[in-house]
Amino acid sequence: MTSGRLPIGSSRSLPVRLSVERRLAAPRWLGPVTTIGAVVLALLVSAVIIALVGGDPVRSYLHIVRSAFGSVGVLSDTLVKATPLILTGLACALAFRMRLWNIGAEGQFLLGAWGASAIVLAPVLPAGTPGILVIPAMMLAGAAAGAAWGMIPGVLRARFGVNEIITTLMLNYVALLWMQYWVFGPWSEGGFQQTAQFPREAWLPRLTDLSGSLPAFSGLTIHLGLVFGLVAAAVVWFVLRRGRWGYEIRLIGDSPRAARYAGIDIARHIVVVFAISGALAGLAGMSEVSGVVHRLQDRISPGYGFTAIIIAYLAKFNPLGVIVAAILFGALLLAGREIQPSGVPSMIQGIVLFALITSEILVRYRVRLVRPGRAAA
Amino acid sequence: MDPTLILAAGIASGTILLFAAIGEIFAERAGVLNLGVEGMMLMGAVAGFSTTVSTGNPWLGLAVAMLAGGLLSLLHGVITIHFQADQVVSGLSLTFLGTGLARVLGEGLSSAGGTSLLPRLTIPLLADVPGIGPVLFRNQSVLVYVGYLLVPAAWYWIHRTRPGLHLRAAGEQPASADALGIDVYRLRYAYVFVGGLLAGLAGAMITLAIQPGWFSDQTVGGRGWIAVGLVIFAQWSPVRAAIGAFLFGAIFRFILDVQGPADLFGIANPFRAGQSATFFLGMLPYVLVIVVLVLGSREATRRRLGAPAALGLPYVRGERGH
Repeated sequence: MTSGRLPIGSSRSLPVRLSVERRLAAPRWLGPVTTIGAVVLALLVSAVIIALVGGDPVRSYLHIVRSAFGSVGVLSDTLVKATPLILTGLACALAFRMRLWNIGAEGQFLLGAWGASAIVLAPVLPAGTPGILVIPAMMLAGAAAGAAWGMIPGVLRARFGVNEIITTLMLNYVALLWMQYWVFGPWSEGGFQQTAQFPREAWLPRLTDLSGSLPAFSGLTIHLGLVFGLVAAAVVWFVLRRGRWGYEIRLIGDSPRAARYAGIDIARHIVVVFAISGALAGLAGMSEVSGVVHRLQDRISPGYGFTAIIIAYLAKFNPLGVIVAAILFGALLLAGREIQPSGVPSMIQGIVLFALITSEILVRYRVRLVRPGRAAA
Repeated sequence: MDPTLILAAGIASGTILLFAAIGEIFAERAGVLNLGVEGMMLMGAVAGFSTTVSTGNPWLGLAVAMLAGGLLSLLHGVITIHFQADQVVSGLSLTFLGTGLARVLGEGLSSAGGTSLLPRLTIPLLADVPGIGPVLFRNQSVLVYVGYLLVPAAWYWIHRTRPGLHLRAAGEQPASADALGIDVYRLRYAYVFVGGLLAGLAGAMITLAIQPGWFSDQTVGGRGWIAVGLVIFAQWSPVRAAIGAFLFGAIFRFILDVQGPADLFGIANPFRAGQSATFFLGMLPYVLVIVVLVLGSREATRRRLGAPAALGLPYVRGERGH
């Protein structure tokens, strides 16, 4: 690879100019430092915009920190918000690692929530079935519904070469309408935009449920879904890092041509990765209805599946990094509900993603000031 | 339900998709995939609407909207052309950014109420042509006529002019184009910007002509993504894009209109607003995009048609091609 020189500031009249050269090797510390720098930069840019539209950025940010990490109680709420983000973030990170652009975690989440609800509301299992049966059935149904929804774009991509970005996005809209049909129609409770509350057997256990014996847990809303997320992150991390399957996924992501020469069945991997990705997002939907909302309702997701894209990117597709990024964005979503104007959290998300990809330039390129005479060396 | 009015409204609603899709065709023909169409349309929609609300001049609103879309697209240009970042991710962030910014800027706009809109025109003589006249030329927004002119103009520009040849060269063989003395970087910037202008125009057409008002990110409601899908279906041809855009415009419009009447052909209307079946009706355009893409991909394979060869690939001068 030759060192590509980009025509930045190539105007010849300047005494010095900016030279951007491709790095052959980047120091190890540079990646994490630029990532953190990108987030800080994004917050600064967002602060300027908030100030420009008449908000108070300092107050907004202090509010986020206080209402997301200020006490054990709100910290618990932050982790509750982070739970679906960990699972959907993993869904995206796994697919993105293979350079499969699954932008459909949102729809897979909704299908998962719907599938899990069907166990209780259809009902698949009769009322009064003990939780030890209901919860696993809901997990299975949620993951299966998400996986099925994810396999549609997977098969279309593998079989017909249809662009998965468009199909996953379109299926998000379809999934939302599908869920709304059930929430407004057959499962509606008295004409409201929500279903009846699930029976207690269908609730994921929460820390506060233990407050009888451990009073310190009183009011803590963390539920078992967080454990699903942490376990899933560990499993995805392990599978990607060790073992033949993970190696093949990484190889396809890094060099599809090499993978093809190596005789790897790329089409099968596409379908399988999409199915697992969908199952993770579907499990997130299950954990949200069973652990938090305890019913299916319209607006069950404030865009978890979209935030997941940024989380996966912030974590550089590392499953363990997804946990950290999910907690940060969980805080943003939690505190963002009360921030005015209401679009601020999604704007910050966009700016963070932009800052991240821009920061990668610093990892891949060396930016220097050079004097024209000596630049050609 | 007067079929002429429904078709005419479908044409108007399709013109929104048409502008966005042709803008994206220009950018992709130059080799730059811009997935930020939805975000640019939202920015255009909010910028156009709020400018018009505060100044009362919809033409100024239109100009500001196009500029907003164009400026946003330049951000994508800098990051993908200059810094060669992944075009998919940059485009996605553009959509996030545009959506978030539009929501921030549109705060409180939804209660702004009515504003002056772009004028509607009836073309004399043409409007009286039996059949198509009343559909295409009667009482349509002025932008619809701009759309009619844009399709042949874009086709001619891409296929019959020297700059169009350069455009295609930059998207197919940027290294060869560069060797011929074409400034690939500048050209890509220019067409990404044109794509942004047209996306901004498409957004403003929603808020200033077709469905006036600001309804947060529901204002555009996925139409930017449908436009991106249409480009693939259109095989990067403005004429095919027009067919797709008007088809989907008519479908969007039909979905709105069919919810109105209490009965259809003498039976109770199952798609009456508020009925459960309307949800399945609403899925129609999104499902159709997928169907059309599947059919299109088969046709493309059969006829060996494809995307511009360098689509999505950054061009680095002096580096060996891909």
